[in-house]
Amino acid sequence: MTRPEELLRRWVLDQAGPEAGWAAQSLDTLAKSGQARDLYIFMGLAPRRLGKADLRLGPDDLAAAETARPGWSPAGWSIDGAARVLALLIFPTQRPFAELFKDLRRTADVAELIALYRGLPLYPEPESLDFEVGEGLRSNIRAVFEAIAHDTPYPRDHFDDHRWNHMVLKALFVDTRLTPILGLRERANPELARILVDYAEERLAAGRPVPEDLWIPLSPFREDPKVASLLRRAGQEEALS
Amino acid sequence: MMLIDPHAHMISRTTDDYQAMADAGVVALIEPAFWVGQPRTYVGTYVDYLSSIVGWERFRAGQFGIRHYCTVGLNSKEANNEELAEGVMEWLPRFALKEGVVAIGEIGYDEQTALEDRYFRLQLELARELALPVMVHTPHRDKKRGTSRSMDVCEEHGLDPGMVIIDHNNEETVAETLQRGFWAGFSIYPSTKMGNARMVEILRQYGGERIIVDSACDWGISDCLGVAKTAQLALERGIPPETVERVCYRNALEAYGQSGQMAEEDWLNPPAIDQRTLYAGNSILRGGREPHIETPDDRRARRLLID
Repeated sequence: MTRPEELLRRWVLDQAGPEAGWAAQSLDTLAKSGQARDLYIFMGLAPRRLGKADLRLGPDDLAAAETARPGWSPAGWSIDGAARVLALLIFPTQRPFAELFKDLRRTADVAELIALYRGLPLYPEPESLDFEVGEGLRSNIRAVFEAIAHDTPYPRDHFDDHRWNHMVLKALFVDTRLTPILGLRERANPELARILVDYAEERLAAGRPVPEDLWIPLSPFREDPKVASLLRRAGQEEALS
Repeated sequence: MMLIDPHAHMISRTTDDYQAMADAGVVALIEPAFWVGQPRTYVGTYVDYLSSIVGWERFRAGQFGIRHYCTVGLNSKEANNEELAEGVMEWLPRFALKEGVVAIGEIGYDEQTALEDRYFRLQLELARELALPVMVHTPHRDKKRGTSRSMDVCEEHGLDPGMVIIDHNNEETVAETLQRGFWAGFSIYPSTKMGNARMVEILRQYGGERIIVDSACDWGISDCLGVAKTAQLALERGIPPETVERVCYRNALEAYGQSGQMAEEDWLNPPAIDQRTLYAGNSILRGGREPHIETPDDRRARRLLID
């Protein structure tokens, strides 16, 4: 099995064109030096040298990603974002990983934030990033929120029910889709169902549409009278069957 | 006509302003790091401010289809707080290479003190090391001398005048700024800086070469449509459209584009990831349109003149 950092390195270098030499050398230096300054500079130079194009990935690449880390999908990652996550993965440090992450997150620009949070399923000591993930989820920058919530196994595997439920609710509030959230069915729970029923009733009372994918986490509770009544009122009887 | 406002402190402005600017044809703007009115007393608040202008504010602008760039630096007023200044100087290199940072600025003199001079020079050295343009804030008081002195110091530190934008010029300073080869910024700011009728006369006299118009809109009484209104007034008063396009769009792009962080592509053909996540506008549809600031209900559009 190829490790995620090997895959990232291959994808970045394959697509780096004339900058491949620079990228390979910088990454090698970074892996040896352990100097924070080198890491900051690499993070800053990544989009300048490599550009911001989407990674070109074929079905084989996506399959390799799935094997390397079940649930991880690099589809839609950009080359600079991939290089930044890679740098963080290979950077040797004595500091706890969460501290290093925080140091970078505090001063991150938008694209850096997106990259840092997209890397979540790949980092060591995932439980220690609890606070950092909370900071990202509170962001009103939708793309940052989506970097945590969409197409990644991290929330499913590491969030407690409270955080999970509020992530789903916030997704509705920031007008983003629920379907790319991994574990939407498995992590359905009665408290979330209650929250979503309240939310949907509020929407209906205000004459606003209810997003369709809201029924996914509700469907396991379709026997519940409140859920059933709501589904009927919203014209979603088929979700009842 | 596509417009750029190369000096706008959007952190102090509302979404109405973003909307009005987008409607008026502003496709990109530059937010220089500045004094927010209330002096900062912790290095950390300054650091978070810099994070805001490379992060949150960039996102906010993108929602209105405006590309947001910024400059980072220690402003002249706060340079006088030595403890703060030393701390900020340690952090600046980490921000100077962030995405969308097009210059070190706005830096320069306020009261022309020894501390202002020290941090101005240190930041000029940083800009030179990183090959970034510089946005120079010229003082409101003792302006003429302060402006000359700012250019002297830039030359002393070996900066190419073509990499330096001297901002807040007026009739008294423009000749020297242009003659010495610097870019000459003009802030169309009611009462204290430049009015747009005066600006039009300057364009008539000097043409468009190396002249840049900005609004400098901030927390004070100022007009985020300064560039759009100036463009419209200039066209009405017979300034050639090519000149107007240069001073309200092209020159800013050329000057700050030297950072490698700002290109027409950013708004005409943005990368896929930005189109999905960060950039709501479709400015291609707006391209080629005349500055549009006359919606009937818009209180601020009634007056074209900025005194």
